[in-house]
Amino acid sequence: MKNLFLSLILTLPLLAGCTKNNNEIAIGEFDSMTGSDATFGLSSNKGVRLAIDEINAAGGVKGKKLALTAMDDQGKNEEAVSAVTRLVTQTKVVAIIGGVASGRSKASAPVAQSHQIPFVSPASTNPDVTKVGDYVFRICFIDPFQGLVMAKFASENMKMKKVAILRDVKNDYSVGLADVFAQEFKKRGGEIVSDLSYQAGDIDFKAQLTQIRSKNPDTLYIPGYYTEVGLIAQQARQLGIKVPLMGGDGWDSEKLSEIGKEAINGNYFSNHYTTESTDPAVSDFIKKFKAKYNETPDALAALGYDAAKILAAAIERAPNLSGPAIRDEIAKTKDFGGVTGKITLNANRDAVKSAVVIQVDGKNRKFITTISP
Amino acid sequence: MQDFVQHLINGISLGSIYALIALGYTMVYGILKMINFAHSDVYMVGAFASYYVARWLGIDSNPSIGTLIILLLTSMFFCSLLGLLIERLAYRPLRNSPKLNILITAIGVSLFLEYGGQVVFGADPKVFPDVMKDFVLFSGAGIELTSFDITVLIVSILAMFALDFLIYKTKLGKAMRAVSSNPSVASLMGVNPDRIISFTFIVGSALAGVGSVLVGMKYPKIDPLMGMMIGLKAFVAAVLGGIGSISGAVLGALIMGLSEEMVVAYLSSTYRDALAFGILIVILIFKPAGILGKYSVEKV
Amino acid sequence: MFKAFKNPTLALIGLAIFGLGINFGFNDYIQLTVLFIMVNCILAMSLNLVNGYTGQFSLGHAGFMAIGSYFTAYSSTHWNIFPANLQFISAFLFIVGGGLLAAIAGFIVGLPSLRLKGDYLAIVTLGFGEIIRVALLNMDFLGGPRGYANIPSLGSFLSSYLFASLWILICLFTIWRVMQSSYGRGFLSVREDEIAAESMGVDTTKMKVRAFVMSSFFAGIAGSLFAHFTSFINPSSFTYLQSINAVIMVVLGGMGSLSGSIVAAIFITAFPEILRPLQELTHVDLRMVIYSLTLILMMILRPKGIFGELEITDVWRKYVRRSA
Repeated sequence: MKNLFLSLILTLPLLAGCTKNNNEIAIGEFDSMTGSDATFGLSSNKGVRLAIDEINAAGGVKGKKLALTAMDDQGKNEEAVSAVTRLVTQTKVVAIIGGVASGRSKASAPVAQSHQIPFVSPASTNPDVTKVGDYVFRICFIDPFQGLVMAKFASENMKMKKVAILRDVKNDYSVGLADVFAQEFKKRGGEIVSDLSYQAGDIDFKAQLTQIRSKNPDTLYIPGYYTEVGLIAQQARQLGIKVPLMGGDGWDSEKLSEIGKEAINGNYFSNHYTTESTDPAVSDFIKKFKAKYNETPDALAALGYDAAKILAAAIERAPNLSGPAIRDEIAKTKDFGGVTGKITLNANRDAVKSAVVIQVDGKNRKFITTISP
Repeated sequence: MQDFVQHLINGISLGSIYALIALGYTMVYGILKMINFAHSDVYMVGAFASYYVARWLGIDSNPSIGTLIILLLTSMFFCSLLGLLIERLAYRPLRNSPKLNILITAIGVSLFLEYGGQVVFGADPKVFPDVMKDFVLFSGAGIELTSFDITVLIVSILAMFALDFLIYKTKLGKAMRAVSSNPSVASLMGVNPDRIISFTFIVGSALAGVGSVLVGMKYPKIDPLMGMMIGLKAFVAAVLGGIGSISGAVLGALIMGLSEEMVVAYLSSTYRDALAFGILIVILIFKPAGILGKYSVEKV
Repeated sequence: MFKAFKNPTLALIGLAIFGLGINFGFNDYIQLTVLFIMVNCILAMSLNLVNGYTGQFSLGHAGFMAIGSYFTAYSSTHWNIFPANLQFISAFLFIVGGGLLAAIAGFIVGLPSLRLKGDYLAIVTLGFGEIIRVALLNMDFLGGPRGYANIPSLGSFLSSYLFASLWILICLFTIWRVMQSSYGRGFLSVREDEIAAESMGVDTTKMKVRAFVMSSFFAGIAGSLFAHFTSFINPSSFTYLQSINAVIMVVLGGMGSLSGSIVAAIFITAFPEILRPLQELTHVDLRMVIYSLTLILMMILRPKGIFGELEITDVWRKYVRRSA
């Protein structure tokens, strides 16, 4: 009976997903579409879907349509490994887009690497992700760069001396940015007066903020996600902290100002692009995104969109659909005019692009300055 | 010193949030001796119900007492309805099963609401409607006190007294206590245990509804998993105070809130949750039934 | 036929043949799922010792699993004591080490907290599990939230599989034999009636602590294997939801039924994977919704779990043989 049960279980997934269409090129995507990180995964997924739909409407790639198979990893490492293994061996995709969170990319990229399937991550910022192997790429900037951008901005542009850091210890992204920021800022002669933490999912930050208030910093660096930052900003203002707050691209969302209300205005964050940009690619993307989903895209959606576009362009250029051929073409990506800037992949398979500093002003995002690598 | 006072205010205000949720846990536990894991998700549904109703009525950015009352009633109504449904469909068939089964069912219901919520409401956070304007009651000398801090505390203490009154001073409460101590004897005395248990769920869930509006007012970000962390903390607080004891839940919640706050203030923010749990463990080791819980010696 | 289940060597050979079949007959994805199933089998059996046989309610097993995982991850990347062709010996030793470390943690947790009963015990173990997780988040040499990457795998699927089979059998037969011994009777007596047990001269606290330590040892082993199979771990794999998942496996399989735990572990691990194609159809992930509904229905329709307190062999004897 046990064996019967086992064989039943083992054959079921085999039966499904066997349908193959020769007029389609299978592309896989995995991300957290349920679970506590779901909002980020879904955002990225929306960007990817928009790009794929656009490409297919324009005739597809190599005369074939792109067929996207999106898998959920529930925000768990082992699920991500399962999902990628399934995409590679069962769905037989030619390339994988995926992984907002660096942790899940690090867990699952080795699978793609060992099967020689290109793996393009839209938003995994940890430097170690692309060190997995030569099939792993990313199109966002890495933690050290973004931390450096804000450190430079705070010390050079804003002439700040004392900074307090509030990091999200649950997210490697946040910890990475905070570490680099602290290091760079000290190098520039600044002082970190306080370095405290919270965990994603918390709603009350007054304990940390009261602590920070007593140190009188010139600014607070909060490299977290907008889901918490909105509340943090509100509570900081309630406690009478009037200095500007600073953060990273995790802030970029329409929801930031909805949650933070007026408390969030006047604060700065580093981002990939500015909505004030005159680049037609950006305004076009925002218009299409709004038309399709009825909401303003955030940074993750833009990165997902670019990842899919870069991948499609590489597949188009590749002589055939084998993993190595596509890999070589992705590696050659140079000055790709994406929404998130001109993207060039370097020898480490990381994107090199400049960052912009944005000031929040209600629903608007005021462009302040560009900082190049 | 001024920082200490501020930390005290913060801690009490956080604790009173936990208290509101903890009351629901302790109430159901007191009557049924079961951990209603789904309670925190009922709370989440309450928040979403008021979000959608406010948008439907067009009062989502119209802060006034009227809005508050409408949303409170909406949220209490939907939560009670949901609580009643859960009890009817999931818990009642298991009335006489072992405790762990009921617990797993409760976890199942909780997962169902959390993941169903992500499908129905979407996983992205929503912004809770502006219910009332928060205004500063006291500001100066480095101490900030806002109206919400006080409101939540007052509401949770009022709810505590109301529950106490309900359970110890009314006929219904007497029936509840009877069911709690022995359902079969209670039914011999003319009490319908099923009806009493349903009623308990309605009251407990309505409390979650009140909690969701007040918490949404203070922390205006709602998402389908919002109940998870706060529910865990509130539940821990209820156990700390002695689960089943109404005033214990409020006391436990205040201790929980204050200890979290003080840990960050004077020890370490990174170990906040760990130390908060550590304090809980120490208290439970010395008071194995919680602070106000009665430790019943088993008789042979 | 069921002699094989009672003889470790025969059982190992049987499992090995099954593994060979999987190795050549199925792709990586199925193989990976099989490995995860095996990890969960060990986890479920270990928890069954505490929850099922001894009647104590623990919600902290993810913490012990984490300790085993991190020990294995750290030791197998830092300590090279054996030459390359003898790596499997060090792998084995490190897995045992992970188990022992988890057992020590189990002792430290168990000694004070096992005086508590029921829900209070559950909360305290849950608290310890969370403390372990938060501590891991803040240990920089273990990667903190960045996790621990590049943990060497145990070679090919077949060698990983054999390693896991070996541990499943060790776990199964240890628990089985212990349950037949006077210790096992002690565990059962604690579950059935603590006061009666005490009056018969059973040191109940000692019994509980023993069961707890043994159980955390195997949870640590499960964690160690998990680390080898995923090659990357971070603290978010070990939240209290993972502990709850283990409890679900135990209750679903039947409290005090080892084969029930195994069947439930297979079901709980494979079910979400089987439902994966569904997402391609609906475009929203309904897996957890279906999973939770199934859970509720199972509890209502089969409150004692799949096997109740019986083993699969008893079930066979009771129903299948009789009808034949």
